[in-house]
Parts: sequence; structure tokens; C-alpha cells
Amino acid sequence: MGWQRGRERLIEGAIWACGISSIAIVALIFIFLLREGFALFRVVSVGAFLGGRHWYPISEPPQFGVLPLILGSCWVTAGAAILSVPLGIASALFIAEIAKGWVKEALKTGIELLAAIPSVVLGFIGITVLSPFIQQTFHLPTGLTALTGSITLAFMAMPTIVSITEDALSAVPRGYREAALALGATRWQMMHRVLLRAAGSGIVAAVMLGIGRVIGETMAVMMVTGNAAVIPRSLLHPVRTMTATIAAEMGETVRGSEHYFALFAIGIVLFVISFVINVVADLFLHRERT
Amino acid sequence: MVALALGLVAAFAQAGATEELRGSLQIKGSDTMVNLCQAWAEAFMARHPKVTVAITGGGSGTGIAALIGGTCALASSSRKITEKERAAYPAPPQEWTVALDGLAVVVHPKNPVRQLTLQQLADLFTGKTRNWKALGGSDAAVVLLSREVNSGTHVYFKEHVFGASKDGGPKEFAPEALLLPSSQAIADEVAANPAAIGYYGMGYLNPKNVAVGVAKAAGEPSVTPSEEAVRSGRYPISRPLFLYSRNTPQGLAKAFIEFVMSADGQRIVKQIDFVPVQ
Repeated sequence: MGWQRGRERLIEGAIWACGISSIAIVALIFIFLLREGFALFRVVSVGAFLGGRHWYPISEPPQFGVLPLILGSCWVTAGAAILSVPLGIASALFIAEIAKGWVKEALKTGIELLAAIPSVVLGFIGITVLSPFIQQTFHLPTGLTALTGSITLAFMAMPTIVSITEDALSAVPRGYREAALALGATRWQMMHRVLLRAAGSGIVAAVMLGIGRVIGETMAVMMVTGNAAVIPRSLLHPVRTMTATIAAEMGETVRGSEHYFALFAIGIVLFVISFVINVVADLFLHRERT
Repeated sequence: MVALALGLVAAFAQAGATEELRGSLQIKGSDTMVNLCQAWAEAFMARHPKVTVAITGGGSGTGIAALIGGTCALASSSRKITEKERAAYPAPPQEWTVALDGLAVVVHPKNPVRQLTLQQLADLFTGKTRNWKALGGSDAAVVLLSREVNSGTHVYFKEHVFGASKDGGPKEFAPEALLLPSSQAIADEVAANPAAIGYYGMGYLNPKNVAVGVAKAAGEPSVTPSEEAVRSGRYPISRPLFLYSRNTPQGLAKAFIEFVMSADGQRIVKQIDFVPVQ
């Protein structure tokens, strides 16, 4: 009996280790990020870092103001959300409720394929097709703008939003639909008053995951937004995002330099933002359920 | 006897030639020099079939950081190594000047502005001059194109063009400047945008971009970038290109540098539209 109990304990231990390891890895990454990032604040104050309007990391003396970068990320993400959320929810509704037979299958496959396009390819299309189009349409000095980034990223967020929303809609019990129709609701009334509400928590999760993907996206953004570190005044101006800054400058920095620490500090800001997005999504889900 | 001796000598010579270089060599760094290094690598590999030379771009700073980190044998750089970087080395790095390069300042062919002084260039890129009208062009906002900060070209331009301007104004690129990830991206954007101005190594000059003449000061003749103008030093924005090694190079790295500095290596420099050292 003894050896069996021992084996049992061993297996339990192994499963526990597997379960805990993902949390441990996240914690270790966070600690590493904090340690490297906070080293910056020995030379630059938190206020000057978060509120600074100028990002000149290699000048003498260097200026590490990330305000333009934070706002750049926010503008691009907001633009992408405005474009992709209504479109995504609408097409999920269409796929789940209206489309039948082969149309439904073709649409589902098509949207899954959209998720399979590498971001660098979308960036390439953005720079060669979208950017000249935006320049001509809005008569801008350059087509490399926040809007170009937003449209490119909207394509990337769409598959996430559509497929998760569609799952949530399909999970709504059949009885809800039948009850709504039996009470004399039209199909549209049934959809927007019953289905969208019943699937609300799933839709919020879909939107949050979509936004999470957008704010962390790097390659396509770096290619199409122009990367000018100015405080953006509209979607039609070039912007520089936090992710593009880290990607473009990380290769150059010498380990242990101020610039290196500054890039980690940007990493902390990004981490905090995505953490907040997740917590908000969680709170929202909780409220919906009770 | 004589025939035998000759045969032996020939055999030895053969053995000497076949007991040749093998292995692989990593060269990382300057985007400006990627095409040049690639051409050297191809010619070098044609001579030594058992050798592979891998070239990666990413910017001069990237190459030097990789050299410090020990992930490449040679770093190509379009700027001199900084004191900070030098201090990070475990051993004193060795430096070779392998070619010269002129930085071409380019505009769209439709832009009527054909010559600028260093001061005017500095005013443009620091954001003081914001409209082409001030320089005799059409009424259009200037679109500044620059390389990312990890580029040696970016650093060189900043030091030599802004450094040359007389006033004590801000010596920084205007924050509005678009930072593009490669010289080719600048060439493409200039070709597509009549209001754009950018700069890159003269190896990237192409028929869709026009290089403006640059004068040291108002009243002095403006010079367009050419091999002769760069070598004689008449062209104001020209610079040396370097290869760095971690310490005294051995084996492959040594052979590669010897090849680069040879007449054949320098002929390749000319073919790629840079300026040979000798």
C-alpha cells in the first residue's frame, strides 16, 4: 500500500507543479520587468517619465518622456476598437443567427483564415496599398498615420472578436429565442434585446481579448504608423506606439544602460495597461453573472 | 629527380590550398553596409567554398551591441564606436576603415528645391522650417523622413548636420519626423511623396529620388554626392564605414578583413556605389 500512496503523492505533486508553473512564470517575468524597469527611476523621476513630452533616448542628456508613446498606443488602439467592435459583433450575429448552410461555413472559415495572416504581411499591405490610399483620400502630407495603423489592426482584432462572440451567441439556450419569438418579438428584437444581452459577458470578453491583441501588436504598427514621437492630435497624424519603440530600439541598447532600463520601464507601462484591461473584463464578467 | 621534386612541391602547394578555411562567420550591424557586406561575403564564399558568411542588418548600434554580447565575430558600423560602448568591451575592439560613404539628401523629382546649405538642412530636420515655400518650393508642409535611433546614419546625420548649424537652437530631430525602419523604406516614401525629404547612404540612390546639392555655408558652391566629391572631401556629409572585431581577429575573420582591404575587395566597394578607401 505504501508504494501506491507514494506514487499517488508523486503524481499529485507533478500535476500541482504543472498548474503552478504558469503562474510562477508570469510572476518571474513581472519581477524581472520590475527590477530592470525600476532601475531607470534612479536617474529619471516617475513624473518626468510618464509626463515627459519628449522621447530622445540617445541624446546627451537623454530625455525619456513616454507620454507621446502612451498616447500613440491609445489612439491607435481606440481607432482599431471603434472599427472592429461594431463590425465584429455584427458579423458574429450574422454568422450565428442569419447565415445558413454553406454561407455560414464559408464565412467562419474565412474569418479563421484572417487570423492566420502573419502581422508582417498585413503591415506590408498597409504600407503599399492602404497608406497611399489614405494620403490621397484625406489630402495628407503622408499616409503613415495612426488611422492607417488602426485599420490594419482592426483586421487583426476582427477574428478574435468574431469567433468568441459567435461562440457566446451559440451558447445562448434555444429556449430564450423561442420564448422571445413566442411573445411576438421580431427576429431583430429577439437578437438585440435577448441574444446580445444573454451573451453579454462573452461579448465583453471577446472585445477585451481583441483590444488586448491590438495594444500588444508590434510589427504591423511599426511599419505603418510613421513612428514619430509627437503628442497625437488626431487619427490623421503619425504616431509612435510603445510596442514599436521597444522593438525598434531594443537591439541597439547596451545592457545596463539608461536607455535599456527605459525600454523595460515602457514594458512595465504596457504590462499595467493590459493588466487593467483584463481586470476590467473580469469585473464585468462577474457583474454580468450575478 | 627534378620532376619528382616538382611533383612534391606541387603536391604540397595543393595540400596548402586545400587545407583551407572552413566554418561560418557572423557579421552584424549597419543597414547602410548590408548590401556591401553581402557582396563581399558572396565573393569571399566563391573563393572559399567551405565557408559560409552570414550578414545581418539592424543598425550599427545593433551590431556593436551584438559584438559586445559575443553573438557575432565582426560588426559593421557606419559610425565610430562611442566611449560608452568601448567601455563595455572586455577586450579593446579593433577597427578598420573599409569604405567611404556620402549621405545623400533626397527629395521627390517634382520638388523644385535642388540645393540646400547645411544650415537650411538643420533648420528643416529640427523642425524650424516647416513649409517648402520658405525654400522656394511649392506651398506644402515638409514631411521629414529619418532612420530609427539604432541607425548609424541617424546618429551621423544628427552630429554632422545639426552640429554644423550656427545657432544654439534645439539640436534634435523634430518630433514630427517619421522614423522609418530601413533606408529602402525612406527611398520608397520619397519616391511616393512630393513633400518628403530624407537621407540615406548614396548606395541607395535611384532614379525615383533626386539628390539635392549640399553647400557648407550660404555663398559656397553646392556639391552633389559623387565618388570624386566624397573622396576629395568636397561633399560636406560624407563619412567612413567601419568593421569592428572583438579583439585581434583570428582565422576566418582575419581572412575576411584581408580580403575586404585587398584590391578585389575594394573593387566591390566601387561596384556597390560606395567609395573605396585607397
